[in-house]
Amino acid sequence: MSFTSFAEFLAMGTHGAYVWSSFAISLAVLALNVVLPLLARRRYLQDEARRLRREESQ
Amino acid sequence: MSNLMNWTWFHKLGSPKWFYEISGRWLPWLSAAAALLLAVGLVWSLAFAPPDYQQGNSFRIIYIHVPAAFLAQSVYVMLAVAGVVGLVWKMKLADVAVQQAAPIGAWMTVIALVTGAIWGKPTWGTYWVWDARLTSMLILLFLYFGVIALGQAISNRDSAAKACAVLAIVGVINIPIIKYSVEWWNTLHQPATFSVIEKPAMPLEMWLPLLIMVLGFYCFFGAVLLLRMRLEVLKREARSSWAKAEVKTHVEKSL
Repeated sequence: MSFTSFAEFLAMGTHGAYVWSSFAISLAVLALNVVLPLLARRRYLQDEARRLRREESQ
Repeated sequence: MSNLMNWTWFHKLGSPKWFYEISGRWLPWLSAAAALLLAVGLVWSLAFAPPDYQQGNSFRIIYIHVPAAFLAQSVYVMLAVAGVVGLVWKMKLADVAVQQAAPIGAWMTVIALVTGAIWGKPTWGTYWVWDARLTSMLILLFLYFGVIALGQAISNRDSAAKACAVLAIVGVINIPIIKYSVEWWNTLHQPATFSVIEKPAMPLEMWLPLLIMVLGFYCFFGAVLLLRMRLEVLKREARSSWAKAEVKTHVEKSL
């Protein structure tokens, strides 16, 4: 561990704002890259399900 | 010998059904590897890696900046390779790969540029300079935008695939420019500090978490690429019987 306290960990010396904003933005982008394709897949399958039910009820 | 010369795997790769099946088997493993590597890498790089003797703790930004920049360039090379495969062997799956990898590559370029800018402030005293490395990375982002825009603007799928493949191949000239920009021009950006094949230029306790983050980013890319490609293949093959059966099993599960 390179920090002695949690406050020191948050402060990152004098660079807390730079380090934490970089990591936060990057993690948000990574999360977006996972969530958007998953949502798109779910939407597509739901649309197809609706289409199939319509076709079957005809 | 006959196994080595056997190209059936290459032709199978052109089969959307085969791709869908095999990628479904790989996806959970790749996702688990990515999650594990990124989790370990994040904790290690933020809390356990020692601070740099000159830059202090702002140096920790390297742990996302370098993996993202690596990946951004590798993905573009992958686009060009897939472009060649698509043009030469008329493999439809190559176009799927180009279209689905381009947005991920663009996002990685954004991460590299943004974290670089944030890192630049405490290190160079400025967020941005029009220096060779930074400018060539910005050009990479615009190349990605070009591939994405072309793929969406041309309605004929085959023409779009050809146009994107050509742009990907021509644009790959930018990759060596990015790589050697720090040597050819007098830049503010420091030369490469990380290499997988060479002896690390930094102490092992700084280098190991970086290696883990780089591997984590590559696994992440692999998992997200498969995720995106599988949906695209399912859409493009919507009229084939296997795709219909696949959709049906999911529909029944959700009912």
